[in-house]
Parts: sequence; structure tokens; C-alpha cells
Amino acid sequence: MYLIPSLIMFGCGVYGFITRKNMIAILISLELMLNSVDINFVVFNRFLYPEQLDGMFFALFAIAIAAAETAVAIAIIINVYRVAKKVDISEITKLKF
Amino acid sequence: MAFDFSILVLAIPLFMFLFLGLVGVKMGKKITGVVGTIAMGVTLFICYSIALTYFFGTDQGQVVNGVRQSILAYDWNWLTFTDKLVVKLGILLDPISAMMLIVISTISFLVHLFSLGYMSDEYGKPEKGFQRYYSFLALFTFSMLGLVVATNIFQMFIFFEMVGVSSYLLIGFYYTSPAAIHASKKAFIVTRLADLFFLVGIMILSYYTDTFDFNALMASPESALSSAHGQTFMGCSVMAWALTFIFIGGAGKSAMYPLHIWLPDAMEGPTPVSALIHAATMVVAGVFLVARLFPLYVLEQGAMNIVLVVGAFTALYAAAIACVQSDIKRALAFSTISQIAYMMTALAVSSNVGEGIHEGGLGYMASMFHLFTHAMFKALLFLCAGAIIHAVHSNENSHMHGLHKYMPITSIAFLIGCLAIAGIPPFAGFFSKDEILVACYEKSPLWGVWMAIVAGMTAFYMFRIYYLIFHWKKHEVKEGHHAPHDMQWTMTLPLIILAVISCVAGLIPFGNFVTVDGKALETHTNWPVAISSVCIALVGIGLATKMYYKENKLPAQLKSKFNGLWTAAYNRFYMDELYQFITHKIIFQKVCKPIAWFDRHIIDGTMNLLADMTTSASFAIRKLQSGSIQSYVLVYFLGAILLAAVTMVIVLI
Amino acid sequence: MEIFSNILIYFVIVPLLTLAGLALCRNKGIGAIRTVAVTGASALMILAITLVVMFLQERGAGNDAEMILTASWTWYAPLNIKLALGVDGVSVVMILLSAFIVFAGVFASWKMDPLPKQFFLWFFLLSTGVFGFFISIDLFTMFMFYEVALIPMYLLIGVWGSGNKNYSAMKLTLMLMGGSAFLMLGILGIYFHSSADGNLTMNVLEIAHNNAIPENWQLFLFPMTFVGFGVLGAMFPFHTWSPDGHASAPTAVSMLHAGVLMKLGGYGCFRIAIYLMPFAASELSWIFLTLTGISIVYGAFSACVQTDLKYINAYSSVSHCGMVLFAILMFNQTAMTGAVLQMLSHGLMTALFFALIGMIYGRTHTRDIRDMGGMMQIMPFLGVGYVIAGLASLGLPGLSGFVAEMTIFIGSYENADVFRRVLTILGTSSIVITAVYILRVVGKLLFGAVQNEHHKQLTDANWFERLSTTTLMLSVAIIGCFPNFFVDIIRDSFLPVVKALGEFFPVVIQ
Repeated sequence: MYLIPSLIMFGCGVYGFITRKNMIAILISLELMLNSVDINFVVFNRFLYPEQLDGMFFALFAIAIAAAETAVAIAIIINVYRVAKKVDISEITKLKF
Repeated sequence: MAFDFSILVLAIPLFMFLFLGLVGVKMGKKITGVVGTIAMGVTLFICYSIALTYFFGTDQGQVVNGVRQSILAYDWNWLTFTDKLVVKLGILLDPISAMMLIVISTISFLVHLFSLGYMSDEYGKPEKGFQRYYSFLALFTFSMLGLVVATNIFQMFIFFEMVGVSSYLLIGFYYTSPAAIHASKKAFIVTRLADLFFLVGIMILSYYTDTFDFNALMASPESALSSAHGQTFMGCSVMAWALTFIFIGGAGKSAMYPLHIWLPDAMEGPTPVSALIHAATMVVAGVFLVARLFPLYVLEQGAMNIVLVVGAFTALYAAAIACVQSDIKRALAFSTISQIAYMMTALAVSSNVGEGIHEGGLGYMASMFHLFTHAMFKALLFLCAGAIIHAVHSNENSHMHGLHKYMPITSIAFLIGCLAIAGIPPFAGFFSKDEILVACYEKSPLWGVWMAIVAGMTAFYMFRIYYLIFHWKKHEVKEGHHAPHDMQWTMTLPLIILAVISCVAGLIPFGNFVTVDGKALETHTNWPVAISSVCIALVGIGLATKMYYKENKLPAQLKSKFNGLWTAAYNRFYMDELYQFITHKIIFQKVCKPIAWFDRHIIDGTMNLLADMTTSASFAIRKLQSGSIQSYVLVYFLGAILLAAVTMVIVLI
Repeated sequence: MEIFSNILIYFVIVPLLTLAGLALCRNKGIGAIRTVAVTGASALMILAITLVVMFLQERGAGNDAEMILTASWTWYAPLNIKLALGVDGVSVVMILLSAFIVFAGVFASWKMDPLPKQFFLWFFLLSTGVFGFFISIDLFTMFMFYEVALIPMYLLIGVWGSGNKNYSAMKLTLMLMGGSAFLMLGILGIYFHSSADGNLTMNVLEIAHNNAIPENWQLFLFPMTFVGFGVLGAMFPFHTWSPDGHASAPTAVSMLHAGVLMKLGGYGCFRIAIYLMPFAASELSWIFLTLTGISIVYGAFSACVQTDLKYINAYSSVSHCGMVLFAILMFNQTAMTGAVLQMLSHGLMTALFFALIGMIYGRTHTRDIRDMGGMMQIMPFLGVGYVIAGLASLGLPGLSGFVAEMTIFIGSYENADVFRRVLTILGTSSIVITAVYILRVVGKLLFGAVQNEHHKQLTDANWFERLSTTTLMLSVAIIGCFPNFFVDIIRDSFLPVVKALGEFFPVVIQ
């Protein structure tokens, strides 16, 4: 039962990641996917090994990492925005090739 | 051995070349010239003592049973090709090389002396490049002496190249003049082309006979010729090809038709150089070469006939051109070509059939005799021409006329030279030419008559030149110029010496010294031939006197009457234009340029095309690596789904 | 280590020490840089002369082993890769040649600008590769040193070159790398068939003695190796890197390149391709003979119409190097000896040419012969040098070119088959064409009236330029005057090859 919202979240994340051009939106999609995976961890932990808490801890750990990663990503995006004055990835091609 | 010091003959000029070339710049110009001349004088002395010891000495074993031996004074291994083919450098003394030593050293010395005056301006100040000039003269003398004393055919080839280069350097002595550069280049390339054939000839000859050595070849010419085991190539035996190729090499140096075109142009060099190289010594190298291999040629009549035809044709051809040239040096150059062709013809009419090689070798002896006398009187004529050119600063005979009054010594010397070359007794040319004619008649009356006609033409054109220079009309001294006059002693003395030699050289009993088999050859004057040849010469002289002694209209009338012939002869029958056409229009434009184009566009193009294809291929596939993570993820995700689907299908089925 | 008692290893160590010395110099310390470079080059020259003396002593003492001064040190056991050293007559003269040219090259780049330190660093790295190639007899080590010699070329031309240097450097490196790809294939193929009993080896001598490469493999591997080295030897149609590369390279690099690097090609063809695969060599030689025969004539004709001095000499190199490969393929001792003489002669004379061209270009800032003239009046020393180089190139007796060409021609004609003879005669015709283009250049460049008024202020050679060119001129003259000294060293080295070939090909064994 719990897996359905997780699946929807993951699908939305993938779709958003592939289609959005705005870096912030891509980041949000990424977070969506990450969180759906966190839910999966918790759910599977609950169903498969209820006596252990590894999955729970892993989810907590992933949330912490995600926070750090988001901070880094936002920092990069802000810096890119300062230089290029835009956050649209289809237009930031200076580093290409 | 009395011939131990013969090495000095080569060592001194070589040393002088290096010495004057390297140190000369630091020394005064005059001193350089004097040092060079003195060194040449020493060489002259040594050459004479060697030659005289060889001819008249009794204790060195030169003559065994009435046969002159050839003596190997030195022989060093220089370069090993194979165990059998080893190039040696050495000194071989035999009648012809001893004779050539005399000729070369005499003329070289006199030219060194003459040049002291010639290469200076009117106030005796030496020209620019005086040291260079003397150093090159020494180089030439070294190479020429090395050529005549060669012990093997490869040494001869080496020195053939060396004389070619020294001739190149000396023709191009006035290196700022485009004509001189062009002439020197032409001389070198034409003779190089001939040398190519020479080299091929050597390769063939040495391959079959396994030796370069003259003595080994001459020891048994029959076995040398049969060593090819009757192999033929295009209908002729291999040996005939080899000998023909070698002859072509000689023909290039000796300016035989059709390789003669370089010699007239070579007159751009300083006149004493023309006297030394292009009249007396280097141009007879070809004759010397054929004479050296004479025992082979005489057995291989096919090759000999080529020599005969080429020689006889060139003699007539060059004489015809010489009749109309206005530049005195060029006229003399064509005269030289004609006379050398005479020597070639004389060699070619010798035979070993009938009376055997001893008697049949009359032509050989006559040819060498003519080589000797011709060197003397042609050098004389050229040095006279040098003196005249030095006096009037022009080569054209229209700027001369009537110089007899101003330059009496030169005039008389020139006249002696003309008489000698025309074959008037008792001057030197009569004797040698007479023997050549006798030899030609013996071969066939056709060649006798042919050569007699050439002799008549020789007399005609020489006296034409003489009259046009010294008589014809009064000399006009240009405003602001000195009247021409005889030159200082360094220039006059060589003329007198050579004139004296030209008068008396004919009396040398040449047959006692130089014969094909080393035995003395008795020569008898063949009166009918002698008288008829003198008559022909006199007719030629008479004709020239009639036409050119005093200014008159006759030459102009004849010229307009035979205008086509005259123009063709004046333009040397357009041989130069033909060569120009072949080299420039065909080889340069139709071979070299397309090859260069091919290289730039096809071969390089292929390489560039490969490179371009690589670049465009990578441009084409670089779109795959777009750098956009989204597309990667899309592909990844689709791939993952596909894999999942495939797995499910497999699991389910 | 035992290997350090062998003199040969020092031919690699000395350039490496020089490299280290140069690295210690300050960037601007031109004096120190020159001192180190000259010391290194002189040390190499002394070493090379010592080596020749040692070689002669060994041979004189009756040591007629195929390779002498051998030593070996395994540096990668799984593939039997060793640092195997050894020299025969051919390598000895090649080392001598390289030492002379490195020496002259240092002086020719006396005023190198900019970045002299880096220039000499790469220069000595290149020398390391060259010497390493000649001293080693291990396939892989040879290949490695070959690559070491190749790569610096790219930077030397790309950074210090002139004209269209990026294109040239790229083209040169890529074409040569393409060659080494073939070569790598060839070497691996040889390695995996080097022995019949499974003791695979990279050592050239052992492979030759095992003689185990199957004939059908030879037919495949021989073209690989021959083309691989042939590219470096400027074999038609793989020669086009040479004109552009030479034209763009700085003086000393042109010298080293034409003088030594192109010789690696000829040396490799002989040492690896022909020596190890005699069967394929005799089967396929007609293809390569035709190609090299074309090279000879084609290069000479191309040189006739060029107007850039360096292009003329580059095409002339194509012709002369073609003659080297041509002679090697003639498979007899005389012609092969001639090939080595030609390598020596061409190396020295082309180095001399490029040195002089560099010096003239440094003054006039043009290499187009149409813009120059009368240089003999302005710079007599360089002019005379140029004439001497030219005469050596067109084969004047007494200079090296004549000796080499004559040995080649006479040797080639020793072969009895008509095909080779016809090609030989075709090849001899190059002596005339060479004369044409050399005299054309000499006439236009040196003689005649001064074309450009500005040229009248130019000066003649400096002391270091004189030193550089005089060294080369003297060597050219010494080879030309005393050829037998070199012939004696070289000649016997070809006996094993000729013997190996003799099984398949009717060679004349003298």
C-alpha cells in the first residue's frame, strides 16, 4: 500500500528530471526521487525485517545527505546564476565540448 | 724508382687549391697569383721530368723488347665495393698519360702566367676574386692530371666529375652575370647527363669483367669482351652497349654532337680558362677516354662505328657553324669542337683487321698527335683572343677590325696559330692532320674526302676570323678609350712560347713515342694525301682572303643569297632551342610541375582527406555526448525499463 | 648494476643527465643552459668516438660476434622485455652520426628564442630516444625509444616552428604515429612467433637465430614493419609529412630530423623487417623496390619546381632516403653498405643544408629563392657552405654523396635479375636531376645580382654558426675522402642478413 505513493513520487521525479529545463526544478525532481527511495527503504524495512532498524537508519542517513547535497547544488546554481544570469540548462552550454 | 715523386704532380695542385682557397683571402691578391704560378711551375718541372724519364730514360724498364710498358707508380685502395671491385687511386704512366702530363702542365702553367695579367685591370690591379680564381685553376689542374694518370676506369670517372665541377666553378667565375651562371649550369648538367651514361657503361663493363683496372682490361681485351658470354640486349652485345655508353660519357666532355651545346656557352668564363679547359685539356678528356679503352673499342666494331659517325658528323657540323659566328670566342669554340671530332674520327678509323693492330693503329697515333698539337695551337689562339678581348673589351669581331697595326705580336702569334690549324707545312697542324687524313683514306675514301672537306673549311673559317680581327678595315678607337696595344710580358710570353711550339711541334717523331701497342710506328709521308690536303687548305685560305682581307661587299651578298642557311648556321642549327624546348617545355612543365601538383593535391590530398574524414566523423558522433544529463537519464531509464521488461518476459516464459 | 659497466647505456644516461641539468637551470639563464647543452653534446660526441675506437679494437682483436658490447637487463619479465644492448658496425656509425648532428644542432640553435630551456629539454629528450633506438636490440625497447624520439618532435615543431606549424606538427606526428601503429602490430606478431618451442623473446638476435616465424605470417608482418619504418624513411607515398614538417621545424630540429630521425626508418627496415623475415622480404621486395624507386625519381623531380629552400631539401631528402631503402632492398652486401653510407652522407649533408638555410632565413626572413639572390657577395661563408653541401648532394667525388651513391649503384647492379637492373639504371638517372635542382638553387640563391636592397646590410656567419657548419662540412669531406674506413666498419655487419636472405634469394655473397 505504501509503495504506491512512492512509485508515483518516483515517476514524477523521473519525468520532471528529464523534461524540466530549470535547474531548480531539476533539483526538486531529484529530491522527489530521493524521497521516494527513502520511503521504499522504510517500507521494505517494515515489511521484511521488522526486528531490525537498518532501513530506518539508512533513510535518515539519506535525508541528511540529501540536505547536504541540496545545499551544494543550490550553491552551484546560485553561482551559475551569478555568472550566466540564467538557470536554464539548455542555454548554459559554455562548458560543452 | 724514378717515379716515386710522381705523386707530387697531384699533391702540389691539390695542396695549392686548399691553401689558396682557405688562406688566400688573408694574403694579398698579387702574392696569391704569384704563389699559384710558382707552384704550377714546380708541377710543370716535375711533369716534364717524369715524362722525359719515361720516354727517354733507359733504366726503369719502360721499354722491353721495343715495346713501351705502362708503369704503375702508385695504387691505393680507396673504396671497396666488393672483393673484386675495388676502386683504387693511383698513377699509371704510359705513353698517352705521359704525353698528357706534358700538355696539361705546359698549358696550365702558361695560363697561370697569362692570367696574372688578364685577371687584372689596365693598371695591373687584380680583379675581385683573384684568389678564388687561382685556387680553382689549381683544382682544375689537379683533377685533370688525376684524370690522365688514372689507373682504372672508376678513378677516371671520379676525375671526370671533378673536372666537370672545376669547369663549372670557373665558367661561373663571374657569378654576378646571369649569362655566366646559365652557361656554367648548362655545362655542368649536360656533361652530367653524359656522365650518367658513362656510369652505366662502367657498371655494365665492371659487372662482366669483374675489374675496373685498365691494365687488367687491356691485358686481354678479347677475354674482357667475351666475359659477357655473348649476352645481347636489343640486338647488340652487352659489351657494345657498355662501350657505347662509355663513349657517350666521353662525348659529353668532348662536346660531340648532340651534347656539344654547352661548349660555346662555356665561353662566358674568363678567356684563359677557356684556353685551358675548353680548348686544350678538359675537352679532350673524351678522346683520351676512348684512346684509353682503345683495345676494347677496336675489337668491338659496332661501338667504333658509332664513334666514327658521331665524330665525322660533328666535325662537319661544327665547322659549318664556325664559318658564320661573329663572336670570336664562339667561333673558336666551334673550331675546337670540330677539331676534337677530328681526333675522335681518327681513333675510330683505326682497325686491327688487315695489317693488325700495329699498322692499323695509325689513326690512334695520329689522333694523339693531333691532340697534342691542337692543344698547343688552340691554347695559343685562345690566349691571343684573350689578349685582344682584354684590349678592346668585347668579344664581337665587329668591334675589332684592323688590330694588326696596334697589336703586332698578338697578330703574328694568331697568324701562326691559324696556319697551324689550317695544316700548312711546316707548322704543327700539318703533320698531325695529314696523318689523320691518311688513316681516314685507309679506312675508306669516303671518310678521307669528308675529312679533307672539313680541313678546307677549317682553313677558311680560321682565316676569316683572323682577317676580321686584324684586317678588314681600319680600327676605330672609341672616344675616351686607349688605343689597344700589346700586353705586358706575362701575357705576351705565353703567346710567344706557344707560337714557337706550334711551329716546331710537328717535327716530333711522334710515332716513336705514342702508339697503340707501345712499339715504335714508322710513319711515311703519303705525298698524294699531303699535297691534296695542303691544296685544299690553300683554297680555303685563298677564299677567306678574297672575302675578308679588305672590306668588301662579297660576304654580305653571299649572306643575302644563302640567307636561310646562314641564319640556321648562325643560330647553330637551332640545337639550343631544341634543348631549351625539351628541358623547359617538356621536362619542367610536363613532368616536374605535374609531379609537384600530384604530390600537393593527390597524395597530400589523400592524407588531408583522411584527417578531414576523422574530424567530420567525430563531429558527427559528438552529438551523442550532448552533456545534458537529462538525455542521459532518459536513455538510462528507457534502457532500465527495457531490461526489466526483458527480464520479466524471460522469467514469465 | 652490471649493466652500468657497459658503455652503451651511457648514450641514454648522458642525455638524461643533461635533461636533469637543464631542468635545474633558471628559465632566463641562457649562459647556464648553453653550458649544460654543450657539455652534454660534447660528452656524447666523445662517447661516440670512444665507441668507434672500442669497436675497432674489439674487431681487431678478432671478436667477430654479430653484436658486440652486449648486455641485458630484464625490466618486464612477463613479456620478456629486456633492456638488451648491443652494437654492430651499422649501429656504431649511426651513433657517431647522431652524436655529430646533436653537437652541430646545439650550436645551430645557439640563439633559440623563446623558451631556450624548454627547447633544449625536448631536444635532448629526442636525442635520448634516438640513441636509445640505436643501442638496443630488444624489439620492445627499440619501439619505446622510437616513440620517445617521435613525441618531442610535435612540441618542437608546434612551439618553436614557423609558418603553418600547427598543421605540420599535427600531420607529422599523426603520420608517424600511424606508422608506429603498423609497427606495433608487426612487433607483436613477431614476438608471438619468435620461437618454435614457446620460449618467446623480444631479442632481435635470438629471433633471427630461431628463425621460427611461419612463412604465411611473414608475408603479413613484413609489410607491416616495413611500412611502419618506411613512413619514417619517407617512402613514397607516405612521405608528405616530410616537406611540411621540415619547412615548419626550427633549424636544429630539421637537422636532427632529417639527419638522424629519418635514419631510424632505414635502420629499422634493415634490422627488423628484413633481418627477421627474410622469406617475406625476398617475396615482397618487388613492391617496395618499385615504391622506393619511385621515391628516388619522384622526389628529385618534385624538388626541381619548388621555390622554398626547405621544401627543396625536403624533397631532395625524399629522393635520397628513397635511395637508402632502395639499396637495402637490393639484398647484397655492397648495396647495403652503400645504404648505410648514404644514411651517413645524407644525414650530415642535409643537416648542413638545414643549418645553412636556418641561418640564411634568420637573416633574410624569407626562404623563397625568388626573393633572394647574390647571397655569395653578402655572406660568403654561408654561400661557400651551401655550395659545398650542394656539391655533396649532387655527388661530387671527395664529398660523401658520391661515395654513397656509387656504392649503391654498383652494388645494385650486381644483382643479376633484369627488374632490379632496370630500376638501378632508373635510379642512377637521379644524379642528373639532382644536379639540375641543386644548381638551380645555387644559381638563384647565391649567384647573380642582389635582389633585395635590404639584404646588403646582412652579416656573415657568427662563430657558433661557423663551428656548427664547419663540423658538418669536415665530416662530409672526411667520409668522401676516406670512405674505406667506414666501409670496413659497416660491411661485415651485413653478412648475417645476407646469409639469411641467401636461403630465399639468389644474392651475391662476396
